[in-house]
Amino acid sequence: MTKLKVDHVTKIFGKHIGSALKLVDQKKSKTEILKQTGATIGVYDASFTVNEGEIFVIMGLSGSGKSTLIRLLNHLIEPTSGGIYIDGENLSDMNKSQLRKIRREKMSMVFQNFGLFPHRTILANTEYGLEVRGISKEERRLKAEKALENAGLLPYKDQYPSQLSGGMQQRVGLARALANDPDILLMDEAFSALDPLIRKDMQDELLDLQQKVKKTIIFITHDLNEALRIGDRIAIMKDGKIIQVGTGEDILTNPANEYVRSFTEDVDRSKVITVEKAMIRPISVNVELDGPKVALQRMREEEVSVLLAVDKKREFKGYITANDALEASKRGEKSVLGFLKTDMPTVSSDTLIQDVLGTISDSPTPIAVVKGERLEGVLIRGVVIESLATSSVGGDGNE
Amino acid sequence: MNNFLDQIPSLPVADSVETIMDWLTSHLSSLFDFVQTGGQSAMDGITDLLVMIPPILFILIVALISFLATRKKFGLAIFSVVGLLFIYNQGLWEELMNTITLVIFASIIAIIIGVPIGIFMSKSKWAEGIIKPILDFMQTMPGFVYLIPAVAFFGIGVVPGVFASVIFALPPTVRFTNLGIRQVPKELVEASDSYGSTGWQKLYKVELPLAKSTIMAGINQTVLLSLSMVVIASMIGAPGLGREVLSALQRAQVGNGFVAGLSLVIFAIIIDRLTQSLNKKK
Ligand SMILES: Nc1ncnc2c1ncn2[C@@H]1O[C@H](COP(=O)(O)OP(=O)(O)OP(=O)(O)O)[C@@H](O)[C@H]1O
Ligand SMILES: [Mg+2]
Repeated sequence: MTKLKVDHVTKIFGKHIGSALKLVDQKKSKTEILKQTGATIGVYDASFTVNEGEIFVIMGLSGSGKSTLIRLLNHLIEPTSGGIYIDGENLSDMNKSQLRKIRREKMSMVFQNFGLFPHRTILANTEYGLEVRGISKEERRLKAEKALENAGLLPYKDQYPSQLSGGMQQRVGLARALANDPDILLMDEAFSALDPLIRKDMQDELLDLQQKVKKTIIFITHDLNEALRIGDRIAIMKDGKIIQVGTGEDILTNPANEYVRSFTEDVDRSKVITVEKAMIRPISVNVELDGPKVALQRMREEEVSVLLAVDKKREFKGYITANDALEASKRGEKSVLGFLKTDMPTVSSDTLIQDVLGTISDSPTPIAVVKGERLEGVLIRGVVIESLATSSVGGDGNE
Repeated sequence: MNNFLDQIPSLPVADSVETIMDWLTSHLSSLFDFVQTGGQSAMDGITDLLVMIPPILFILIVALISFLATRKKFGLAIFSVVGLLFIYNQGLWEELMNTITLVIFASIIAIIIGVPIGIFMSKSKWAEGIIKPILDFMQTMPGFVYLIPAVAFFGIGVVPGVFASVIFALPPTVRFTNLGIRQVPKELVEASDSYGSTGWQKLYKVELPLAKSTIMAGINQTVLLSLSMVVIASMIGAPGLGREVLSALQRAQVGNGFVAGLSLVIFAIIIDRLTQSLNKKK
């Protein structure tokens, strides 16, 4: 069901709006229009719908109009033309008090720099939305405390925002929004000010929350990894225009143009990372020197049940399990050579991760990474997946 | 060239102002009379009340307030005690009370008028564009120029003194209120709006609390400016320490002038530190 509809919305800042619009029709660029008329295109002819319970992500480079667009949604900025419909009602047709009612009851906003009131305690901040609605003191306290409790922040309720860390402050920002129990959450780069690890936690929390309470969320970010992680659909903006709307899959596989493609380029890590980056140090045994006793000893030391077998030149020979080593030792063998298994797949160290993902998930054993014949490392499923995830968090660095 | 300039007749600015003043004084005379008598008796009442307080009690109260306002530091409290005892000792106690009344009245009126004007100014670019040059004008005009309309409206005495002081002391409060509200971070204003606050809710729940320390800085200046008008206002018969300074000046009594001037400085320091520490207090 459609919750929010944005219908040919345009916002132009400044004077000479008419002539600016004409220049837009002539396909003049944003900077050219600014030069000629002094008017800035904030958002131009944006249309999309957001379904109930959806997380809709808006992305784009700095200055592409994301903040303007999200502020148009609750009329913090009035559109120059076009309409915004919430549950089918056009905000432009509303008088001030009707608009206030929508803001109070249907949508709440979470801000990039948290937007907490420094002179109010955490509790009073969380109560703010309820307070302006005129809800009684007891009730709003109850609701605000509940919201803080869900965010795990109840013990901090009497502190002031400056006493909390960034991550905690943004949890308060979210709790304040949720205390209102709105249908729609507007989040303008809500996590951008947080450091990568906390940011990931917050993303998880938001996804958990979405599972539980099913809000409609409009989320702005300029990080595609974040967009892919949490968005059901993603809209990409450039110079005030919406270039493409689609699922993460759509955007990655069918970018509408070069601009969108350039966004996606730095994201799909499995396409650029080689296995070398994801492998770990192999725990090996030299079959030409070490016997079963040494092998067992090393297994105990390293707390593993399998050793990779190499020769003097560190060439990969196979692997030996704990059981086989024990067997060899019982039989009094001097070498483990006869007990080696050779069914472990090998890949070359310059292979791309995406090309081994299939092998990794099919193989019951880890995968040996070799350069030529030489053993370089080993790929373990969990570590590979983790490396993909962390390198996508690492992608936050290139903002 | 000079001849040409001389041929332009002198513009009748002074005459026009006079006409306006005449019109005001004749048409609003009953209002001015009312303010004059009402204000006079109110201020006399306050002064009488202040004089009735035993000086030693008064000094102790001021010391206590200073002590508490500066977060339990002794500096200002001790200074107040010594300073006020000195003023008492010099026989200027009643003059001090007169001055206090004048300063308090002028400041309160300036605040009551100034804060709302500042708020109004902060809400509209248009209003700011009009009010700002007026404030500049008011602040560059020498203070005693305000005595002229004050006398025209209210005759002589303490009421015209307060009137002139209010006009002279008003600008900082207006300016700082405007500034303080405009300085509230945009994100916080947006947060307030986005939760559906009315204009008033936004003002008293967010903007004024956040602008408070800036507004207080303006009020502090207003208080000091109105104090600086005390001497000037004494030219039109406002009583108080200023009058002592003035009469010492007229009779070339350096010693008396110094004592009265010093008393004013003492009072100014106390009131400055007090209003400032009110601001710092959380
Ligand atoms: N109040 C305003 N007056 C004039 N121009 C504005 C105003 N607000 C935004 N703009 C302009 O509109 C354009 C879009 O700005 P907007 O803040 O929406 O971008 P953004 O995508 O949110 O960027 P960022 O990622 O840096 O937050 C910019 O060119 C900006 O200069
Ligand atoms: Mg922005």
